[in-house]
Amino acid sequence: MTYFGDVAALARKDLLLELRSRDTLPAMLLFVVSTLVVFHFALPADSSDVAAGGLLWVAIVFTALLGLTRAFAAEREQRLLDGLVLAPCDRSAIWLAKGASVMAFLLLAEAVALPAFALFFAPVDVTLVAAVLLADIGIAAVGTLLAAMAAASRARELLLPLLFLPLAIPVIVGGVGATVADEPARYLGFLALYDLLFAILSWASFEYVVTE
Amino acid sequence: MIAARGLERRFGSKRILRGLDLDVGDRDFLVVTGPNGSGKSTLLGLCAGLLAPTGGTIDVAADRGEIGYLAHEPLVYRELTALENLDLYGRLYRVPERRERIGMLLERFLLWEARHERVSAFSRGMVQRLALCRALLHEPRLLLLDEPFTGLDPAGATLLDAELEALRGARTIVVSTHEPDRLRELATARLDLARAA
Repeated sequence: MTYFGDVAALARKDLLLELRSRDTLPAMLLFVVSTLVVFHFALPADSSDVAAGGLLWVAIVFTALLGLTRAFAAEREQRLLDGLVLAPCDRSAIWLAKGASVMAFLLLAEAVALPAFALFFAPVDVTLVAAVLLADIGIAAVGTLLAAMAAASRARELLLPLLFLPLAIPVIVGGVGATVADEPARYLGFLALYDLLFAILSWASFEYVVTE
Repeated sequence: MIAARGLERRFGSKRILRGLDLDVGDRDFLVVTGPNGSGKSTLLGLCAGLLAPTGGTIDVAADRGEIGYLAHEPLVYRELTALENLDLYGRLYRVPERRERIGMLLERFLLWEARHERVSAFSRGMVQRLALCRALLHEPRLLLLDEPFTGLDPAGATLLDAELEALRGARTIVVSTHEPDRLRELATARLDLARAA
């Protein structure tokens, strides 16, 4: 069994749990669609596509936050993290598997959100899709680490947004920039750099977070 | 196998263990007793490496893959079946001939017929038996059992008695319990945390 075998076994478990409990994904889908509908009616009819693009990123970040809040729910409620931490596998495999499942849920939510955005606001182009994919990687990487930290805290519902939203600001900057700028490549590069930096940091620090 | 010197653990301002010295030899069978709140679970958590001491030292001569830990919580996913839970842990613990080992344990603990049922549908005793299967799955060198008879019916308790008797002398075993008489014949050492405090 390799490192990626452990990741696959853990990610499969997370997807199976969601398939059976349906705790997270329906809530994310409902939230992102509701948010876009609210924005549709809140935004003046003559407002620009630039403003609409910004609101899409707000919806994505808060939908991700909703998913992250539930990311370690099973482990927290049944203290299952102890069982996983005791296993002799590399503990970063837990982070990578959980991040992969968070990203899968986010991608499914966006598979509904982007057509809804196109319907209500503006067309979706390849650049926007690329920006969303890059943003998802960063959100899943840093969000999973913070969700694990918050899961150990009594004030987790408060702590996770407080930790996550400041660190999600670069994702908003990069995402909005890639959506509205004439030359989006610079912003896509910025998002890729954010992904790389925070994926390495989160991967390296997860063991410390779950053991301390 | 386990050596503790001046072991202390606090939770906030509350001191649960203070100045505990403990030696558990290879293949010893230690029975830990004490009233609620005396630190039995804390001691087992320290032995498992899930807690860090706030004072003193503890050395455990077993890697985490060699420790089998039965906690108060069963450490199994309620929305997975018994088989899926054991398969997951079997993969993570790199259990050789995993399927055979899982099948043998499920049969031994009378869970084979319920192997495809979700744990959420299990009774308390069945969950405890599954938790024992999980703790024993990788044939650990050091077995830490925190009140293992909790929730077991007489048949389940008898099964556990037989399992502990079979493992005695082959593994290092630490059991915390409120029923020390049940383990009197098996124990090679005893620790009363009420007196140790």
